[in-house]
Amino acid sequence: MGNMNEPFDPSKSPIGQSVRRREDRRFITGNANYTDDVVLQGQTFGVFLRSPHAHARIRSIDLAAAKAAPGVVDIITGAELADAKVGGLPCGWLIHSKDGTPMKEPAHPVLAQGKVRHVGDQVALIVAETLLQAKDAAELVVVDYEELPAVIDLSAADSTGTSVHDDVSDNTCYDWGHGDKAAVDAAFAKAAKVTKLSFVNNRLIPNAIEPRAANAAYNRSDESYTLYVANQNPHVERLLMCAFVLGLPESKVRVIAPDVGGGFGSKIFLYPEDVALVWASKRVGRPIKWTAERSESFLTDAHGRDHVSTAELAMDQDGNFLALRVKTIANMGAYLSTFASAVPTILYATLLAGQYKTPAIYAEVKAVFTNTAPVDAYRGAGRPEATYLVERIVEQAARDMKMDPAEIRKKNFITTFPYATPVGLTYDVGGYAAHLDKAMELADVKGFPARKAASAAKGKKRGLGYACYIEACGIAPSNIAGALGARAGLFEAGEVRVHPTGTVTVFTGSHSHGQGHETTFAQVVAARLGIPVGNVEIVHGDTGRVPFGMGTYGSRSLAVGGTAIVKAVDKVIAKGKKIAAHLLEAADSDIEFENGEFKVAGTDKKIAWGNVSLTAYVPHNFPLDKLEPGLNENAFYDPTNFTYPAGSYICEVEVDSDTGKVKIEQFVAVDDFGNIVNPMIVEGQVHGGIAQGLGQAMMEACAYDPESGQLVTGSYMDYAMPRAIDIPSFKIATTNTPCSHNPLGVKGCGEAGAIGSPPAYINALTDALGVVDLAMPATPERVWRAANGLPA
Amino acid sequence: MYAFEYQRPTSRDAAKSAAAGADTRYLAGGQSLIQAMRLRLSQSERLVDLGAIADLKAIKADGNGVTIGAMATHASVASNADVKRIAPAIAELAGGIGDPMVRNMGTIGGSIANADPAACYPAGVLAFNATIHTDRRTIAADDFFTGLWETALQPGELITAIAFPAAQKAAYVKYKQQASRFALIGVCVAQTAGGVRVGVTGAKGHAFRATEIENALAKSFTPEAAKAVKMPTTDINADLHGSAEYRAAMIGVIASRAVAAALAR
Repeated sequence: MGNMNEPFDPSKSPIGQSVRRREDRRFITGNANYTDDVVLQGQTFGVFLRSPHAHARIRSIDLAAAKAAPGVVDIITGAELADAKVGGLPCGWLIHSKDGTPMKEPAHPVLAQGKVRHVGDQVALIVAETLLQAKDAAELVVVDYEELPAVIDLSAADSTGTSVHDDVSDNTCYDWGHGDKAAVDAAFAKAAKVTKLSFVNNRLIPNAIEPRAANAAYNRSDESYTLYVANQNPHVERLLMCAFVLGLPESKVRVIAPDVGGGFGSKIFLYPEDVALVWASKRVGRPIKWTAERSESFLTDAHGRDHVSTAELAMDQDGNFLALRVKTIANMGAYLSTFASAVPTILYATLLAGQYKTPAIYAEVKAVFTNTAPVDAYRGAGRPEATYLVERIVEQAARDMKMDPAEIRKKNFITTFPYATPVGLTYDVGGYAAHLDKAMELADVKGFPARKAASAAKGKKRGLGYACYIEACGIAPSNIAGALGARAGLFEAGEVRVHPTGTVTVFTGSHSHGQGHETTFAQVVAARLGIPVGNVEIVHGDTGRVPFGMGTYGSRSLAVGGTAIVKAVDKVIAKGKKIAAHLLEAADSDIEFENGEFKVAGTDKKIAWGNVSLTAYVPHNFPLDKLEPGLNENAFYDPTNFTYPAGSYICEVEVDSDTGKVKIEQFVAVDDFGNIVNPMIVEGQVHGGIAQGLGQAMMEACAYDPESGQLVTGSYMDYAMPRAIDIPSFKIATTNTPCSHNPLGVKGCGEAGAIGSPPAYINALTDALGVVDLAMPATPERVWRAANGLPA
Repeated sequence: MYAFEYQRPTSRDAAKSAAAGADTRYLAGGQSLIQAMRLRLSQSERLVDLGAIADLKAIKADGNGVTIGAMATHASVASNADVKRIAPAIAELAGGIGDPMVRNMGTIGGSIANADPAACYPAGVLAFNATIHTDRRTIAADDFFTGLWETALQPGELITAIAFPAAQKAAYVKYKQQASRFALIGVCVAQTAGGVRVGVTGAKGHAFRATEIENALAKSFTPEAAKAVKMPTTDINADLHGSAEYRAAMIGVIASRAVAAALAR
């Protein structure tokens, strides 16, 4: 592995080196600076009073006793915000229903206005001198609720008599369609064989290790605000809050996301707490600090997934896929979260081709409101749902056709690129048979029958399952996103500031909350400039320092953020060449730059990087008539396409029918991520993604009581997160086809593991048990019932 | 957590007088109580920490058995030479509770006084027919666990030690609930002087003896005999993690694995 402080070795580019992460030292030694570590002068503490009911009208709120409690500074409710004309939280993606009407956008208040709509819904913000005083005072607030029936069951949400929002009587946000219905219907009419499956993509709670936190301060000296917040995209947070909710100029608000302990999507969104704290900080005149307790995180972090679907695959008699028809109901929760509308539509239906040349696809998606926490993007965001559906139905189709599951896939693989799918995306490059073959080799598929027999001799069932996933990430071309309903662009920004003495600070709109950008981005810049990796500093997460970027999610940072940085670096090199040309008395066009040196082509006249950087800032001998001093460039990059990582996963399991416990005997993951900058970090992302996907498939289940709407799985006592002992050692490999449309040739790797692993696991388990379906999470009892022929 | 007064006496008598007075709790390892207090589900005006009372931690071989002080941590029980020699199933039971941090703090006295329906120790106490010694009397295992988080202890009564008779052919098998890692079903099987005893935790509101399995094992102390017993679903817990039908079925399965482990000694 490489070390940050090694000098640049021209024979060993930092690209492709497993450079140790510079972030790790501070994380492992307790020296990181998380939002909760921030304590400001005059600090007060905030506690949110939350609804104990899933659905209720608020008849009255009595604050008298609470306001008189020791240490209380102020208490804010929806009434104060309404008086101040504070707006509701916006949704960033407009989806239209099949009939052309725009999606319903009921109000999403910062603090409850007359009604609460899920357990945990914010009712009041209590601000006090100490956290304990705020908590004690919160218990003294008396809220008179009139309980209403709770809408919990997803499938029945549009037909129950109760409306979550008074202005959306059927609880339906939109009823969307995508693809070619007529072509699909025609194909089914002549199909030799149809495989049909119904699925639930189970609801998940994100559980980033750091709970959400924020500290908001109003600065009286210049009438500005500073918000520290555990967030993945500070500029987006600021824009949404300023333009749509608080009506503040962005130039007067600074959002800082310091070290953030994991996000997985849950920290993308503009949350009510962030806004309430910012608004209240001016009224109170002192900074207000809030850190969620884990129970609050369970209740109010945006949840993930939560689809109910049926799918049908039409084939000819040889197993060629003719058409795919999908119908999905997706849960939005009680309120539309920032990207919620796009997750089960644009990020889902567009991936239903999978790796296959299925010519006709049609998907209908109905999104509904329920009295549960808002649901939004969570690691994979739409692509795990699509992949689960496609890879489960393909595996079942193989069984129905009595074909080998690898063979039916190979028969239908896309083999020529670029390939325009019938659901809107054009895959630029790929090589699907390559990773499937490699996965089969690593998994020793040929030896499986013998292993299965050996398990049977011990009285155990054994199964093998495949998942060949593809995903679209590196989001996104802004014009395409806009045409599809996005209300924001999806470019990225990078600024490269060369200092006089030659070190470099890079300001990136990407945000690192576990991805290791401080290391990988430094590798990219160092390689391009021919300077030691340790001489490159990466700054992110502060709207006061970094140009406007859209932040980190959707596996976009290296592909989009990295490219913006590369373009800025290239501008620096171009200017450096002009400076060098002047110093070397040569024509600009005769200057080459390599390994940190500028030289006159065809000669050995050269000048080092450090000389050029110093000259830029001490321009005594400088072409001031033609060139400005300084060496500081920025670039904004809007990608021309998504990127398409893909791979083949194979899972092998052994089942103990007596208890239903499953042992994962092996898990093989072969991915195509394009070019790889830091193999160690990529492998770490794959490990984490697979663990998260296996968590969904094996044990994670977010459950609300169907009558009361209480969150039954409100803590780790009931919500099962995978531990190291549950997860096997993986066999990981890559077969890479570089991305065709960014200079680094990278595709992104952060979500792939969570996308490909659930179907691989359930395919293996259904194979072992000889059943058509097993619901996720496949708990021991579910497996036991299937293994012993008992009703589910 | 609500504010409270904290005392840490160094003798049993000092502990008793510190506890006299309303609204006081004894604090043992804190692995359940402190959690409940942090969630504001428990509140006491005064907490009397027993951790400084040295003679409550002692573990000693005692005639035909081993007596474990109420404040002995799970880690100390798991590693104690006398326990491993005289009642190895109890050492293994203690070694499977929670994780290393929990085992360094949690105590046997705290565990049985709390009587969580999924705690491990109650199954072991029942299977071994242990005797619970308090500052006032001795209580037989069969009389101790009376209901959901309920024991025979009177208000203010302090457990001082638990005496386990020796039992060689004994084992505890814990089938862990995937989220909490408490016992979904935990079964301790022991061949004692008085015959075979089977203690089950996780299945009902409190640990109990599976007399159906005891009777089957009395005839034939084999895994197959235990597995063949179909436990009724009456009073069996049902929740997200297992239906009553599943839990009932697992009692026999886990008991058979405990018998196999006991025979393998």
